[in-house]
Amino acid sequence: MIIELGHYALVMAFLLSLVQAAVPLAGAARGRQAWMLVGSQAATSFFWLVLIAFLALLHAFALSDLSVRVVAENSHTMKPLVYKLSALWAHHEGSMLLWLLMLAFWSALLAENGKKLPPAFKARALSVMGMVSAGFAAFILWTSNPFNRLDPPAPEGLDLNPLLQDPLLAIHPPMLYAGYVGFAIAFSFAVAALIEGKVDRAFAAALKPWALAAWFFLTIGIGLGSFWAYYELGWGGFWFWDPVENASLLPWLAGLALLHSLAVLEKRDALRNWTIFLALLSFSLSLLGTFLVRSGVLTSVHAFASDPTRGIFILALMAAASGGAFLLYGFRATAMQSGSGFGISSRESAILFNNVFLFAFAASVFMGTLYPLFMSALDLGSVSVGGPYYVAVVMPLLLPFAVLMGLAPRLIWKENIQKGFIKKNTLPLFATISLLIGISFMPQEKSAVLLVGMAAVAWIFFATFNDFMLKTGYFRSWRTMPMSYYGMIAAHLGFAVFVAGCVLATQLAEEKIMWMKAGDQANIGGSNAVLLAYESGLGQNYNADRAIFSIRSAYDHSQYAFMAPEKRWYPAAEKETSEAALLLQCFDILYIVLGDTDENDLNRRVIRMYYHPYVTFVYLGALLMALGALLAMADRKRVRE
Amino acid sequence: MKKTFLPFAVFAGIVLLAAVPLLKGKDPSVLSSALIEKPVPAFSVEGLSDQDLKNGKVSVINVFASWCVTCAAEQEWLEKISSIVPVYGLAYKDKKPDLEKWLSDHGNPFAAIGHDTDGRASIEWGVYGVPETFIVDGQGVIRYKHVGAIDQYSYNDVLKPLIEDLKK
Repeated sequence: MIIELGHYALVMAFLLSLVQAAVPLAGAARGRQAWMLVGSQAATSFFWLVLIAFLALLHAFALSDLSVRVVAENSHTMKPLVYKLSALWAHHEGSMLLWLLMLAFWSALLAENGKKLPPAFKARALSVMGMVSAGFAAFILWTSNPFNRLDPPAPEGLDLNPLLQDPLLAIHPPMLYAGYVGFAIAFSFAVAALIEGKVDRAFAAALKPWALAAWFFLTIGIGLGSFWAYYELGWGGFWFWDPVENASLLPWLAGLALLHSLAVLEKRDALRNWTIFLALLSFSLSLLGTFLVRSGVLTSVHAFASDPTRGIFILALMAAASGGAFLLYGFRATAMQSGSGFGISSRESAILFNNVFLFAFAASVFMGTLYPLFMSALDLGSVSVGGPYYVAVVMPLLLPFAVLMGLAPRLIWKENIQKGFIKKNTLPLFATISLLIGISFMPQEKSAVLLVGMAAVAWIFFATFNDFMLKTGYFRSWRTMPMSYYGMIAAHLGFAVFVAGCVLATQLAEEKIMWMKAGDQANIGGSNAVLLAYESGLGQNYNADRAIFSIRSAYDHSQYAFMAPEKRWYPAAEKETSEAALLLQCFDILYIVLGDTDENDLNRRVIRMYYHPYVTFVYLGALLMALGALLAMADRKRVRE
Repeated sequence: MKKTFLPFAVFAGIVLLAAVPLLKGKDPSVLSSALIEKPVPAFSVEGLSDQDLKNGKVSVINVFASWCVTCAAEQEWLEKISSIVPVYGLAYKDKKPDLEKWLSDHGNPFAAIGHDTDGRASIEWGVYGVPETFIVDGQGVIRYKHVGAIDQYSYNDVLKPLIEDLKK
């Protein structure tokens, strides 16, 4: 009964979204106050209705109501409660409902909080949100309905893939969707601005917090996904350039460029077309990501069950939304171009170059991801594009990008650099070169990636620090700097830390693969690991084989930790997973994986050990970048008209 | 065309390109085999060789193993198929005592079993997992490959009609 109520609520939500799409738009065109207000009312009610639908489904998962098809397909009565609940978004239909809930949430937030927005603009933006909502609600009701019943009910569920039974992975989709869908606000603001033919500093000030929030969630979501892959998939890799991973990176890059463009637009009323374009692009890339995962055109570890009907529907949605928006952009963009010029070595110019770099990198990732799709579409054979392509593409862009990042805060708005600029800013350059010389004396093998990467990292660190020192008079007046400045510092340093982690963990990693039986030992990364024993155990819904390791210092063999990698068998899903053992050592991680048993000697098993120096920097960097977004959101200064 | 329409043009191009595989109805879950419409590969293991499959009768070859959990699930369907055409088993990287026990536990629908203990013969067939089932026509040409366990849908909708069609 509750399921049917949820279903009904969703149908009502869909009908309401049609109203939200049409009425405020007409109201804004005719100047009818009451019609414009319908936008806010509809958006708020839409949220409550979608929430009811979502909670109804959550209820079915919590109680393992096996008469609901998606529950039977994705859950199991033996599962821990938290995974029964997270199973709601671990499959296509339920995750689309989560997507819609996020969309409803952002719309309602806009309805309730956009008090300072001009009513016509707000009405138009809500209208666009309504159109997107209607499209997705229709998609769910017609092709991906989670409320379908199973008659007769299943005797037991098919269980959730044990790889997904993990706390981090449970929270990864909500964070990610909050980010993806958050860019819909930027999209609707941009369309509203195009309709009105007006983009100005007030527009930028209004959009900035929403764009920052969306980007914040996307950063956290991607970071969580990467960290989960690192410890769960058992290869110690944290990014696989999987098409769906790339699909989340694309809106992140576009959103990042958007944030920088908004800063310029707000301060100097320049880069108007870029800002609108990036706002449209970010959400379009989010839609593209949704399409790639669910249409079956690309194979990926992430892909939900493929279904061409769904693919066609989403493609049509994307064509309507993004196609319509870009068409509007085509007509209106030239009329909105600003006259504010700026010098070639001004800060605006640096940010413009930043946009170009981000766009170039995004375009390369886009090409790499879609190239196999295009090849198969044109029947030109099947091809796969992997890590080496992306690394080859990012490395040449990284250093110039880092140079800009360090330099831009030292540049000034509008004017070119003055005489004496180089003299005042040589400290970071010297520091970077010194560090590089120091690195070249390291005993390990140094690859080009390591040197270029660390040069970029060092430069960003020293240049940012240098700027902070100069701007605060050597720390004295640090309280007078606006929050958005600290946001920038946190985000830029976060990026440097992130790159350092990526470079060091991959270039200086150690790996050992060997047969081990009880009593064997191996040295790795400054530690000595002794295999004490193999044993078996039981979890709530799995059986486990375990290896117990004693970890000692390689220097004096004093023991300081235990590690116990496992192989688990989930009988309900008939799936085996490997649970690697991770040991945090300062910023490094020691990583041990239990492998197969020797057929001829059951006491011997394959053991894989990895040492990843500074890999935690990858995630600390991501957290710092997210913190940067939060700090920037906390900036209370308003645009002076 | 104004250059402001460039984003739209690029976008439209991408959408059109993406639409092609969708509209073609290509099902990515169908794994292609390079051996379809080709004669049975030359192989010879204890109990089975390619000559057994070229005697003018439609036959089914099922690559399985006693250590393969999913293989047990398709036994009833192999029994059904064995009542229409002979089913030959190719035991992939298996041991005879394990096989004997498994067959006595799950039933033996096979007219003959080839013992591919090192997996080389299966490589000739392009096998990359167990179970896999091949349908060979009366001329010894491979006509279909089914990957994974056979279930009621694959039996009723695909395999049975094809076998009966080939027998005509």
